[in-house]
Amino acid sequence: MINIIVNMVSRLLRGIGSRMIARVWRLGAGTRLFMLAIVYSGESFRRFHLTLREVYFTGVMSLLIIIVSAFFVGMVLALQGYNTLQKYGSSEAIGVLVALALVRELGPVVTALLFAGRAGTAITAEIGLMKTTEQLSAMEMMAVNPIARVVAPRFWAGVISMPILAALFSMVGVLGGYLVAVPLIGVDDGAFWSQMQANVDVRADIINGVIKSVVFGVACTMIALFEGFDAPPTAEGVSHATTRTVVISSLTVLGLDFVLTSFMLVV
Amino acid sequence: MTSNIVEIDNLSFGYNGRVLHKGINMAFPKGKVVAIMGGSGSGKTTLLRLIGGQVKPTKGEVRVNGQVVHEQSRDGIYQLRRSMGMLFQHGALFTDLSVFDNVAFPMRELTDLPESMIRDLVLLKLNAVGLRGAYKFMPTELSGGMARRVALARAVALDPSIIMYDEPFAGLDPISMGVICGLIRSLNDALGATSIIVSHDVKETFLIADYVYFVANGEVAAEGTPEDLMQSTLPFVHQFVHGEKDGPVPFHYAAPDYRAQLLG
Amino acid sequence: MDRTKIDLWVGVFVALGAAALLGLAMKVGNLTSSKIGDTYSVSASFENIGGLKPNAPVKSAGVVVGRVADISFDSKTYEAVVTIKIDKRYQFPKDTFANIYTAGLLGEQYIGLEAGGEDDVLKTGDKISQTQDAIVLEKMISQFLYNKASETDKEKSAAPATSEPAKEKSTELGDAPF
Ligand SMILES: Nc1ncnc2c1ncn2[C@@H]1O[C@H](COP(=O)(O)OP(=O)(O)OP(=O)(O)O)[C@@H](O)[C@H]1O
Ligand SMILES: [Mg+2]
Repeated sequence: MINIIVNMVSRLLRGIGSRMIARVWRLGAGTRLFMLAIVYSGESFRRFHLTLREVYFTGVMSLLIIIVSAFFVGMVLALQGYNTLQKYGSSEAIGVLVALALVRELGPVVTALLFAGRAGTAITAEIGLMKTTEQLSAMEMMAVNPIARVVAPRFWAGVISMPILAALFSMVGVLGGYLVAVPLIGVDDGAFWSQMQANVDVRADIINGVIKSVVFGVACTMIALFEGFDAPPTAEGVSHATTRTVVISSLTVLGLDFVLTSFMLVV
Repeated sequence: MTSNIVEIDNLSFGYNGRVLHKGINMAFPKGKVVAIMGGSGSGKTTLLRLIGGQVKPTKGEVRVNGQVVHEQSRDGIYQLRRSMGMLFQHGALFTDLSVFDNVAFPMRELTDLPESMIRDLVLLKLNAVGLRGAYKFMPTELSGGMARRVALARAVALDPSIIMYDEPFAGLDPISMGVICGLIRSLNDALGATSIIVSHDVKETFLIADYVYFVANGEVAAEGTPEDLMQSTLPFVHQFVHGEKDGPVPFHYAAPDYRAQLLG
Repeated sequence: MDRTKIDLWVGVFVALGAAALLGLAMKVGNLTSSKIGDTYSVSASFENIGGLKPNAPVKSAGVVVGRVADISFDSKTYEAVVTIKIDKRYQFPKDTFANIYTAGLLGEQYIGLEAGGEDDVLKTGDKISQTQDAIVLEKMISQFLYNKASETDKEKSAAPATSEPAKEKSTELGDAPF
């Protein structure tokens, strides 16, 4: 009896241990890929059209989903904000509320989450399939480094695209909020903008938002690239890797957001 | 010392501890077409990967131009690979690039040739495999045999001195088969290169190869010129050359007794 | 995909991003409003500035004419020294009055300038001598409660209390030094 329990506990502990080791291993391998991507990124700048091509696939192709989502998020923020603010007789502050929420948090975070779902999965699936069909092997046999040729341009494209998408998200969101607040609800046009301008600081709010989105860009792109690179070369392996990209990117973005926000509020 | 471009010396290798090669010795002299034959799963593709330095041997070594492949640094291996061309068993065309860009890929990546010259070279190579008219196609628009011919054009794009063909005849119709056969031979002779052919097709291989190795059970089971092997009375070679089911080469992968497994 | 077409789209993409960032900085943020052309700076001392912060607006007759540039503490006089930057287009007499007001009951604090009658105008480095401190709400409330208490004491000794507290509050506030 005791034997069985001891056995079960030890199996459980061993299971947890091996999972932990696997996680830590992945973290290390991912970091190594990140370092290599940086080391071998000369190519992606010397032949910049390689990177531009990837900006097209990660950034431009995500434009539509970002703009539409931002519009709705802005409108909902204005509706909800008005509902509450109006109870305290300060419905003019609606502009501040919408702008701060977007610029500080929702812009970078929601963009990163959408990016992980739209561009991140595409990157993982593409690289996973390139591995499955031996394209990466073929590249290596041609003496072309897949990290310089495949990973680095995609990495920089993600890092470039994310802040642009996040800035667009915030701006379009503010416009959506404006549309609901001013023509629809009837908040004063001047008060909407002037209150916003008085309370949104370029450095503390807007620049910090951009910094966040750059960090998210690095994290999301790197996770997507690593999962693709690490996927077992089978259809099933690639599909699992794609799922993992979304899950891990989302959790990482939310966790990083907390850390970054606490740094920015303290410093 | 003979002018062996590639030498395999007492090489052992296995995936995840599963032994695949047990002390293989081979030599690939300059200017020759050498074939490696053997049953499915006998580790032929893996041998090519060992020559290219994509996997490391557990024992023994592969030497290319006298340099031990697995002892090279990353840059050293890349330097060696620049002199190699490889046709992958499944083509491995870049699916995001057109036929033209696939063949142009090694030229654009590894040379500073002007685009106009690249264009001429690519069309030349595509013409050789009979697919100049298909240069605009994407790989998904090609049939299996066409894709492999494009892959062949890409493998020889930079006129390498070592050309490895993994199953160059698989999935080709008789006409292209004959053309590709002649192409491999004439490329080799024109470039003074060394060609390594991995194949099951006895007839075509014997036609163009100067020397043939048979691998079975992780060892070189027989070797010699095609003429010698045709005459060989070794039961193994006889079975393979004449495609007989019963003989020393098992058709089945090592498995427990069939009857026991079905009834068990 | 054609390379020129990709370049075009990426160009559009980057331009949109730049426009969005610029829009955020100019229209949403305070990049434009915090930079008001050429300015001259004058200072004013207050005994208590309440919650006044750098970059708070300086208004006259409700119009923003400048910004608070700097707030420091004078350890000799134990007063707050506020430096304000005023737009060169607006001139104020030397005897202008500087008050710290609160926008709404709980809103942010700003400096209000009330022009005096002198002919000489304020120049860079001048000091506004007539100032009025911020109203600190806690102080006001405690004062109010204190007055109230002493009043009820008086009323109790004189006659029973009849008036409603709300009414008294309004009169009390009316007397407060606004
Ligand atoms: N990446 C790998 N990981 C683990 N095992 C592998 C791997 N690649 C091949 N193998 C195993 O090694 C053995 C030899 O594979 P290889 O591809 O070299 O065979 P082959 O001789 O080329 O066969 P075929 O003629 O069918 O192409 C097979 O049994 C296969 O299961
Ligand atoms: Mg094979």
